[in-house]
Amino acid sequence: MTSLRTSPPREAGDTVIEATGLVKRYGDVVALDGLDLTVTEGTVVGLLGPNGAGKTTAVSILTTLIEPDAGTARVAGADVLGEAAEVRRRIGLSGQYAAVDEHLTGFENLDMIGRLYRLGRRTARARAHELLERFDLTDAADRPVNTYSGGMRRRLDLAGSLVARPPVLFLDEPTTGLDPRSRSELWSVIRDLVSRGTTLLLTTQYLEEADQLADDIVVIDHGREIAHGTADELKTMVGGERIHVALQSEDDVAEAGRVLGRFAVGELRVENRSVTAPISGGAQTLTEALRALDTEGIKLLDVGLRRPTLDDVFLSLTGRMAEQAPETDERSERVLEGVS
Amino acid sequence: MRNLRYAFADGAVIAKRNVIKIRRVPEILVSVLISPLMFVLLFAYVFGGSIDIPGGSYREFLIGGTFALTLTFGATFTGAGLADDMQKGIIDRFRSLPMSRAAVVFGRTASDVIYNVLSLVIMAGAGLAVGWRIHNGIGDALLGFGLLLLFAYAISWIMAYIGLLVPSVEVVNNASFMVIFPLTFVANTFVPSDNLPTVLRTFAEWNPVSAVTQAARELFGNLPPGTPEPTAWSLQNPALYTLIWVGIIIAVFAPLAVRRYERSRAKS
Repeated sequence: MTSLRTSPPREAGDTVIEATGLVKRYGDVVALDGLDLTVTEGTVVGLLGPNGAGKTTAVSILTTLIEPDAGTARVAGADVLGEAAEVRRRIGLSGQYAAVDEHLTGFENLDMIGRLYRLGRRTARARAHELLERFDLTDAADRPVNTYSGGMRRRLDLAGSLVARPPVLFLDEPTTGLDPRSRSELWSVIRDLVSRGTTLLLTTQYLEEADQLADDIVVIDHGREIAHGTADELKTMVGGERIHVALQSEDDVAEAGRVLGRFAVGELRVENRSVTAPISGGAQTLTEALRALDTEGIKLLDVGLRRPTLDDVFLSLTGRMAEQAPETDERSERVLEGVS
Repeated sequence: MRNLRYAFADGAVIAKRNVIKIRRVPEILVSVLISPLMFVLLFAYVFGGSIDIPGGSYREFLIGGTFALTLTFGATFTGAGLADDMQKGIIDRFRSLPMSRAAVVFGRTASDVIYNVLSLVIMAGAGLAVGWRIHNGIGDALLGFGLLLLFAYAISWIMAYIGLLVPSVEVVNNASFMVIFPLTFVANTFVPSDNLPTVLRTFAEWNPVSAVTQAARELFGNLPPGTPEPTAWSLQNPALYTLIWVGIIIAVFAPLAVRRYERSRAKS
């Protein structure tokens, strides 16, 4: 008999998730194009990419919801194809859309999940109460979920994925669509989980989220890994610091870009009324650049020197912003072609 | 064997979830139970009042047919319920759990028995109010109700399969009506099958809806005196013939529906 509580004994630093050459096609669309992934026990790996990059497909394969067209994967010591039932016993999944029953109360949802894990009546109830308490849902425990806020639903969904104390947890865009307060609440819950030794694979399109939570970040685009490393390593990869200026008038954007271009060591990034330029030389360069801007009579709202964010990483790796859907990007490229 | 035990245990958990939903959204229950009441009253007064059977009551003759027809129509609710479930996020949760793959379908067909029981109670009450009577004693009548419920349970497995096959609740209703209308009308539900043209008559005689109707009429004692003995074996042994159909339907559609459930999301 397999117990839910005990996963096979492992040395610290063992590989818990290992995927090789995962391919998944939907008709002509290639969702995954040979993705490799390794997650070590007790670490958090962030799978980062824009909409349609293949993040959810990867998680769905690793959690046995769908089968890959090619490639293999082992999760918590079991094969996702041959031993799907074993995998399901050892993982927790919380998806992009809260997988809870809206007509059931919070307690009934968790109790039902406990029963379906065959924890037994008493254990299932006790576990439900314990999780409601831990996720600050005790007051709402006996209310149907359709009265819950978005943040409460996500917390309940996350609680649902923890019912059987799985050693491996998959969170697919856990905070998409949440307001900033609910997001940071959920982040602290996730940090707490990880501090107790849970291995976590997290997908997100928020670069800040990966930066906040993940030890290791795998950037994927079009179903393939395009970069891999810690947040710091990725930032170092795209080079040092950036000058960021916000302008008072939109009319000055072109002129400011021209001026900053003289100091830049890489591509400029222009957004609405702000310009960001990668530089070397730190504060000294900043001073010179400001002097030059002032000479041209350009009025600033705000100015700063900052380390590159993961937005910069994504831009330099793919030539486009992370938040943009690939379709949008292709369309704008086509427009540009039409112009030139 | 262990799989079957898990299917029962997990199916019971899912059935409990469905019952909770009935309690939380009683409007669904009311809307589902209005049509049985309507059918009994409509058929009793529109047809039952205008057709005379010498020595018998057409209204009493109609009741067995009305029960069978209404329960068969009611089975579409199982398909609609599953089609609705499949669009909900909770299914992703179920899929990621180490639970029986049969539980969702099994639990749904089980909890829908509640609708069928309530529907029968309402129809029987309305029937008694408009002049229907049980003539063969309560024991036989209960057997009749039991057979009707068993038949409805089997049909709900067909509807479960249809519900998983098609993408939305609306399509379920349309698709299942294409099956249900010929099944319930080319039968002895309203008229004795002897009066039908040859091809339809053969279909009607071997139609399981006719058999369950015939069995219910016999058990309720609602066949008018002097009704000729049926010529087809199916109607001579209607209870046995119904049970055979129940067995066949479940044996075919339960595995089909479960397999369909396993694969329905595997593509998206």
